[in-house]
Amino acid sequence: MLAAHRLKSPLKASSWLDQVARHRTAAVLIALALLPLVMPYHSLAVNILTFGLFACGFNLLFGYTGMLSFGHAAFFGAGAYGCGIAIAHYGLPWWLAIPLGLGLGALLALLIGALAIRSRGIYFAMVTLALAQCVYFIFLQASDLTGGDNGLRGVNVDAVVLGGLRFSLIDPIAKYYFVLVFVALAVALLSRILRSPFGAAIEAVRENEHRAAACGFDVSTIKYLAFVLSALFSALAGALHAIHLSTVALEALSYHISGQVLMVTLLGGMGTFFGPFVGALAFLAIEHIATNTIQYWQFVVGIVFIALVLFFPRGIWGTLLGWMRR
Amino acid sequence: MNDDAILVAERLTKKFGEFVANKDISVRVRRGKLTSIIGPNGAGKSTFFNMVSGALVPSSGRLLFEGRDLNGLPRHRFARLGIAKSFQITNVFPLLSVLENVRSAVQAQHTQFNLWTPRARMTEYVRVAEALLERVELIDKRHLRAHQLAHGEQRSLEVALALASDPKLLLMDEPTAGMSPEETVAMMHLITQLARERTVVLVEHKMKLVMGISDRIIVLHHGELLAEGAPDDIRANEEVKRVYLGSSGQ
Repeated sequence: MLAAHRLKSPLKASSWLDQVARHRTAAVLIALALLPLVMPYHSLAVNILTFGLFACGFNLLFGYTGMLSFGHAAFFGAGAYGCGIAIAHYGLPWWLAIPLGLGLGALLALLIGALAIRSRGIYFAMVTLALAQCVYFIFLQASDLTGGDNGLRGVNVDAVVLGGLRFSLIDPIAKYYFVLVFVALAVALLSRILRSPFGAAIEAVRENEHRAAACGFDVSTIKYLAFVLSALFSALAGALHAIHLSTVALEALSYHISGQVLMVTLLGGMGTFFGPFVGALAFLAIEHIATNTIQYWQFVVGIVFIALVLFFPRGIWGTLLGWMRR
Repeated sequence: MNDDAILVAERLTKKFGEFVANKDISVRVRRGKLTSIIGPNGAGKSTFFNMVSGALVPSSGRLLFEGRDLNGLPRHRFARLGIAKSFQITNVFPLLSVLENVRSAVQAQHTQFNLWTPRARMTEYVRVAEALLERVELIDKRHLRAHQLAHGEQRSLEVALALASDPKLLLMDEPTAGMSPEETVAMMHLITQLARERTVVLVEHKMKLVMGISDRIIVLHHGELLAEGAPDDIRANEEVKRVYLGSSGQ
């Protein structure tokens, strides 16, 4: 249902594209490694990494499992706050703070997922939205820890020391490659998951949930696991985002972010491996250009988004893939 | 008298609110035989089938599969126990390739939560899937997406999906629905072949189609068991004649 507009061509085709697809992790990472060389704004480039990773996590649930969540800001924000609080309040090193952010994201996903996967379609979207709003207000209230409305400040990681070598994260390029290391691991893991038997199981659930159950797939457990995995990738993105900005704004938990990750995924191409990063690049580039030219930049983003959904429902990458496969 | 029954229904009842779709149905399905459930539209055939396949939970009564009570089992367990169903309405994975449709159904019996091993290394599932596609004569179309198949071919894929779990009990809900006469002949031929190696239960409302190939016939009418027996007994049954010939004339 969600992916009914995808390629109608036969699946058999052997071209250079399939070679790229076979080494998709490497292809993504080469493209991302080269990004700062062509992108003059290095801070924007880091945003593309973190938001692209967030969209990858979202895409695992939305594009591959067929479940539309409107509450993924909760996991992005939990990752950001979990990591940020560990650094800002407890002075923990980054290599402990990031797993703590992941842990908080996983905990929330286990709770929210257990409630939300009982419903389907638009009801699932609404339940995730409602529960994510609960998380938002809990973090707003716990202002001793989170800084409330003012956000969390002092998430400072000045340098990374590895085996006696010191990399200063003040240098935006160094920060970019620091974040890229995590993105690389995550993307490699995601690729592995999608190629595993579980990857086949989630696609079967997306294509036809009832048939999948009749075939013996344990649909609710599959959905639950996909939900938690998706949240883990989102939380990692949030944690890296916190380190990147040195602060966590309450905005990270807001439904705008949940909407934004959906837009990024749709822009890039849902259910495609490269799509989330292409979408993040497009979205943030449009945002960057539009904010510098007119006051109501959301207007421009909205127009572009509507045009894409109407005329290129497969998203930028999905459409390009379609052309190249012809 | 647990002789040769693979499936036993005891006073099986299904209500939807006030409406009683199945009422006190008690039947025994014999192992290794081809049993057909017939009855006019609305007789409760599909409801009965949906309870046996786990899609519906009975309101009361019991279902025993190989002596095991099916009550309360989650739906996905039915396939693992050895019960599989091919659906009346074509029900495949539309955007997956024909091969991947069957391959994932085969895989479902063995592994679902393995996040690590590449599927490309699990070649045995592909081999089983290809053998099944060979059997339903879809092997040449294995690289097409399922939604690109003609209607009759999708029905065949449907059967291959049901066979993927190598079921002991194969339930087929109007497998020839919407098929051309040629396709119907081929499907009936396939069904008789399948019935030689496993227990098959067929739901059909075309009485003529099943009389020649079935070992046993169960007749439902208004949600109740009207008659059960060998085809010849059913043909001679006055009540069945009245229900069938009186109403639709089939």
